[in-house]
Amino acid sequence: MNQFLFGAMPYILLTIAVVGTIWRFTTNRYSWSSQSSQFLENKTLFFGSFPWHYGILTVLFFHILGFFIPSAILGWNAEPVRLYIFEIGGLSFGFLALFGLLMLIYRRLTNVRVKSVTSGWDVLVLIILIIQVVTGLGNALLYRWGSNWYAAAAVPWMWSVLSMSPEVGRVGNLPLITKAHIFNALIFFAFIPFSRLAHFVVINPYKYLWRPYQVVRWYSREPRTANIVQYK
Amino acid sequence: MDIRAQLSMSFHMDKCIGCHTCSVSCKNVWTTRRGAEYKWWNNVETRPGTGYPLTWEDQERYRGGWEVSGGSLRLKLLKGPGKIRSLANIFFQPNLPTVDDYYEPFTFDYQHLFNAPAGDDQPVARPKSLITGEFMEKVVLGPNWDDDMGGSPLYASNDPNLKGLSESQKELLTKFHKLFFFYLPRICNHCLNPACVASCPSGALYKRGEDGIVLLDQDTCRAWRFCVSACPFKKPYYNWATGKSEKCIFCYPRTETGQANACAHACTGRIRFVGLLFYDADRIEEVAKTPDERLVDAMRDIILDPCDPRVIEEAKKAGIEDNWIKAAQESPAYNLFKKWRIALPNHPEFRTLPMNFYLPPLSPILHNAKADTGGMFDPESTEFFTAIDKMRVPVRFLANMLSAGNEALILESLKKQLAVRMFIRQQRVGDVGDAAVKQALSAAALTPKDATDIYRLVSLGTFQERFVIPETHREIKSTVDPRTIFEKRGSIGFGSKKTEIITGRQW
Ligand code: SF4
Ligand code: SF4
Repeated sequence: MNQFLFGAMPYILLTIAVVGTIWRFTTNRYSWSSQSSQFLENKTLFFGSFPWHYGILTVLFFHILGFFIPSAILGWNAEPVRLYIFEIGGLSFGFLALFGLLMLIYRRLTNVRVKSVTSGWDVLVLIILIIQVVTGLGNALLYRWGSNWYAAAAVPWMWSVLSMSPEVGRVGNLPLITKAHIFNALIFFAFIPFSRLAHFVVINPYKYLWRPYQVVRWYSREPRTANIVQYK
Repeated sequence: MDIRAQLSMSFHMDKCIGCHTCSVSCKNVWTTRRGAEYKWWNNVETRPGTGYPLTWEDQERYRGGWEVSGGSLRLKLLKGPGKIRSLANIFFQPNLPTVDDYYEPFTFDYQHLFNAPAGDDQPVARPKSLITGEFMEKVVLGPNWDDDMGGSPLYASNDPNLKGLSESQKELLTKFHKLFFFYLPRICNHCLNPACVASCPSGALYKRGEDGIVLLDQDTCRAWRFCVSACPFKKPYYNWATGKSEKCIFCYPRTETGQANACAHACTGRIRFVGLLFYDADRIEEVAKTPDERLVDAMRDIILDPCDPRVIEEAKKAGIEDNWIKAAQESPAYNLFKKWRIALPNHPEFRTLPMNFYLPPLSPILHNAKADTGGMFDPESTEFFTAIDKMRVPVRFLANMLSAGNEALILESLKKQLAVRMFIRQQRVGDVGDAAVKQALSAAALTPKDATDIYRLVSLGTFQERFVIPETHREIKSTVDPRTIFEKRGSIGFGSKKTEIITGRQW
């Protein structure tokens, strides 16, 4: 079972994510959107979208950091005080995200206008996200110290998967809730191309910071869509 | 000099009868889809009034347009440390108008009129929301809800352009026999310094180099909604069903083939003029930073004289074709805005350098003057021009709307229009007196030839004179296959490959 979930499924789900993303981007870029519904309702959204995004992005940032430099996390955590700060910090951002997510779900269930633009995919996405946040928080609360484990057990497993020789043993014996968290994360990846989660794979907003304000496209000049710098 | 061409529309406000033919023809061509029902790429507002969306001119609320801060030009939306702040608001935009600021799109349950069971009462068609499909208790707002409500304490007195008017002028709004109103038809201004383009994190909006039309790339838009907030004219609209923003496309599939835009073509009052302008793109930033008093003059400066041999030479160097140069030389936009100086941009103080121009309305003056002199207006009266100050529509109000508060520019335009009237009346009826006409013309700095030309264009203008739109050379530039134009009716006007009409979420 472990072999299947953490040895074979990662490849299937990650392939779906990569191939699906490329497929959707090349065949139907029009559908690539964050599907914002702020236009229809913007009061509850404020209490949902802000906490959710800032909470989850912070947590995600440290996951990514740990993925690339696990030693940084382990080194920081060597000192108990720093470990407490790190864990409590992570936990509070996790709760911030949970609060935001619950607001978003509440909004989607109660507002008729928002309901009318809700697709089945949106519901699935919300289910996946709530599972992910709850298992993550459960992990942090029930089994100390998640950040250490993550860096010591899960990250080597991830790298082993990427290097095509999955060491299932590294995660096979973790508690159920942790395994759920890891497996659900894989499902999350596989969902990216098939839902509004696609907006999560965006490269363009970051360009905004260094592009000139104005964009001009010429049809008669090459390259056709060059940005012409007018002023900064 | 970086010379570029710009298509521009002008509006003769005196002649607009508020019939909304333009809005309806635009809607029928482009925005009859689900998610777009509430959009009016072309809309006509009664002024004084609150407009559509409600009080769109109030930038304290919407933070659209630009401001000059510390000598540099900055989007108003980005109060704080520049672009970072903008991205920080990507998850929730504090200044975004919502559907309630426009109106909830509705239809009526007409079937009930046929299917209602027999009874004592006449069946009625109840309003139904086009968003939720549920019955609405009542319709509370529409795209022209304050139509003709010149004296309304609810709409007219909340017009943001009333700022700076004296109490007695504001009183005009409520006195039944003195109140005034006129119409303001609006489309996207296809600005030289578009705030919508500058605000888009995805870079989906762009200005076309060849004709200056500002478009929104549907494949790149990710629904960040910044353009909606940043445009001070609220002309990009968010499609709540498909999750993409859309905007007025200046009917480019039509203009590329030399046809007039749907709104302009349909205009019953024949108030619209479409023409080409040449401008110097190197000077955009400098012009956009000019202080309010000199802003309109700076905008006139950046427009180049298409008959100047040096400009023609530069234009050829920049790859502008001969038929475009010829069109620029016959351009009604150039004549109205720059040569005769009678047309003015809408809210230049937003600093987007809007490229649509308006002739301020004149008619109410004559009425007022008539009342003051107790009968026929006296064309010999030297009071005539001073009467402009006493006219029904306060100059201040027009200046707030059309010249960044510069009253002299409004007076200049009104005097010119009046002088043309006197000049023509003297020709036709002969009761004004040559001396008075001469004086009026010289006071307005017009030659008899100018006056004849103005009259010719704004009163008699044929289709060909009102719309001087050069065809695009399709062998070198192609954006849309002309054979698919009809299929594109009801679409967003985008993407030569896509023929189906998308009306909702795909994922
Ligand atoms: S009017 Fe608004 S949408 Fe149109 S170009 Fe100007 S800033 Fe952009
Ligand atoms: S069609 Fe012409 S006259 Fe009628 S409302 Fe529109 S701009 Fe005014």
